[in-house]
Amino acid sequence: MSDVSTTHEHTRTSSPAGGSPEDLHPGQLEDIVQLICPDGARTASPGFDPWVADVTDEDLLGLYEDMIVVRRIDTEATALQRQGELALWAPLLGQEAAQIGSGRALRSDDFVFSSYREHGVAYTRGARFGDLLSFWRGTTASGWDPYSIGMATPAVIIGAQTLHATGYALGCKHDGVDSVAVAYFGDGATSQGDVNEAMVFAASFQAPVIFFCQNNQWAISEPVGLQAQRHISDRAPGFGIPSMRVDGNDVLAVLAATRIALDRARRGGGPTFIEAVTYRMGPHTTSDDPKRYRPTGELDEWAAKDPITRLGRLLEGRGVLTEDVATRVQQKADAVAYEMRAACVALERHPDPLTVFDQVYSGPHSGLERQKSQYAAYLASLDGAQS
Amino acid sequence: MTEMTLGAALNSGLRRALADDDKVVLLGEDIGKLGGVFRVTDKLQEEFGPRRVIDTPLAEAGIIGTAVGLAYRGYRPVCEIQFDGFIYPGFDQIVAQVAKLHYRTRGAVKMPITIRVPFGGGIGAVEHHSESPEAYFAHTAGLRVISCSNPQDAHSMIREAIACDDPVLFFEPKRRYWLKGEVSDDADGLPMGNARVLTEGSDVTLVAYGPLVPTALDAAAAAAEDGTSIEVIDLRSLSPIDFAPIEASVRKTGRLVITHEAAQSGGIGAELAAAITERCFFWLEAAPARVTGFDTPYPPAALEDAFLPDLDRLLDAVDRVMGRRNSLTGWKASA
Repeated sequence: MSDVSTTHEHTRTSSPAGGSPEDLHPGQLEDIVQLICPDGARTASPGFDPWVADVTDEDLLGLYEDMIVVRRIDTEATALQRQGELALWAPLLGQEAAQIGSGRALRSDDFVFSSYREHGVAYTRGARFGDLLSFWRGTTASGWDPYSIGMATPAVIIGAQTLHATGYALGCKHDGVDSVAVAYFGDGATSQGDVNEAMVFAASFQAPVIFFCQNNQWAISEPVGLQAQRHISDRAPGFGIPSMRVDGNDVLAVLAATRIALDRARRGGGPTFIEAVTYRMGPHTTSDDPKRYRPTGELDEWAAKDPITRLGRLLEGRGVLTEDVATRVQQKADAVAYEMRAACVALERHPDPLTVFDQVYSGPHSGLERQKSQYAAYLASLDGAQS
Repeated sequence: MTEMTLGAALNSGLRRALADDDKVVLLGEDIGKLGGVFRVTDKLQEEFGPRRVIDTPLAEAGIIGTAVGLAYRGYRPVCEIQFDGFIYPGFDQIVAQVAKLHYRTRGAVKMPITIRVPFGGGIGAVEHHSESPEAYFAHTAGLRVISCSNPQDAHSMIREAIACDDPVLFFEPKRRYWLKGEVSDDADGLPMGNARVLTEGSDVTLVAYGPLVPTALDAAAAAAEDGTSIEVIDLRSLSPIDFAPIEASVRKTGRLVITHEAAQSGGIGAELAAAITERCFFWLEAAPARVTGFDTPYPPAALEDAFLPDLDRLLDAVDRVMGRRNSLTGWKASA
């Protein structure tokens, strides 16, 4: 194809650790981008600071509130599952910064292709609360209209959505618009063929797509070491895709990295890979029991690096997060949870049986219509038998 | 009216689709400069450019998954799977994504994707180049599955498939790519979902699709010489199946023979036999008979004549449903 330009870029975006990463064995690299330390201190990073120079304390407070709210959504949804209102829930606990920092970097005309744990991203896209839960309640095949919020409904097949993002991005490029597609996936997904094929296609076509990997250390019970012998971010340069490895529990670092990738894509620079190093503090889903596989002490270790706590410390230190503000934020989160619970229980649990046939095809399908009419007759016969 | 081969008719249909709608894009391996290994996309990249006719990296899941994203963006992708046996790496994207996205999104997202699959044997090829995987897809909700058997249908049906808002698996009878026939833009207008009665007959209904339609016509001609009248029906659509003309035919003939190259068990023939038995039980004079490939892997080329249904096996099945001596009863007069 004449319009394919292949990048041979193997450079890493400059790291705050400085030095020359190329001198090191990739497996030994610890060049993770971090702008806010776990103790709340703001660290300087010449490569990344300019990308968040416009972020005011008020903006940071907004990100803080977002994280509090989505953690509250997560807590409420878990409770709804325990109370029998949801069939299942995949908690995002611990991944708030990775999702809010990236989600808030996007424009409304960008398009997200996510996995099933990105409730925080869906919140930033403006998903309605009932739409966050209907899939998990088992009342609909998925939540929202993708075009209404610029986000595809979650892919459950691991990694499948990365190809969809690549195709969408190719479409954006051909349409001559500067919208960007963002694929969210986990560390486990990086072993899938689809994800690797997506990187090949994206690189060959220089598609404006961001591969946003939340490395939360676990794929159900399998540790990331089973998926990757080196940093996941080290793979992308082999595909001709520049990559960044950021502290996924640092909302500001995630925001900066996502902005860099977005800018690159909008300017025709093609795909970028971001590995957001974070931790799944909860179970894989409400059906999982991490006590069977999680090493003792690991949860405590990561709790000390909690994404919300560290931003809270920074904002407290700056006098922005006062007790009053904290109370207001918590009240907002509680109000969201209350509203979401009401939306959840209002979702119809017993839809008309005949709707099982709806929307399989966009037009008539004679075989399906026959099954539907026969089933309708069967249902009608039961009504007759009861009366 | 122009006389052309089935392959050229597909090419002209694709050209028309590309010209009629700038959202139509072709994706596949070697479809650009080479024009596809069967030349079905010959010169289309030259005419419409590399953004409309896209040579892709060699990954079938990648081709289909990228097409899904393009469809999300409002495009109408036409994917070429180079050979039938190469479709399996793309199977997940087809059955778990392409087929289900309209249902999953409650109609919000349409998947107007056409997946072209040269299929079937008879060309002396090596492994993976002669398979008939259509039943997997006919079994999958959300897909439409069709197959053409002549140049006019090839031209008309590919255009209709591309214009369809649902995903369509389009099975091309690769050993018939060189079959010639008249092609016109004003075909008879029979929708791609409909079966077509090719020859009227009164004794046996013989249903075929794709590469075995010419074989079925040959069988009908040979049977006519022996005084047996066969009604040949080109199924054309495998999902949905257009049962009305088959029902009408069987109510007339009382006998049904079904043929396909694909393995017998769980195949299209099984579905047809079951459905026609349900619908026409009291009209049947004999149990429906299937003449199919065997439940084996597609064999090496030296054995493919043994595997593929042919004229003699079709006539044997005709004898069976006619209650005559046949290979199962033995040929001796006393049998």
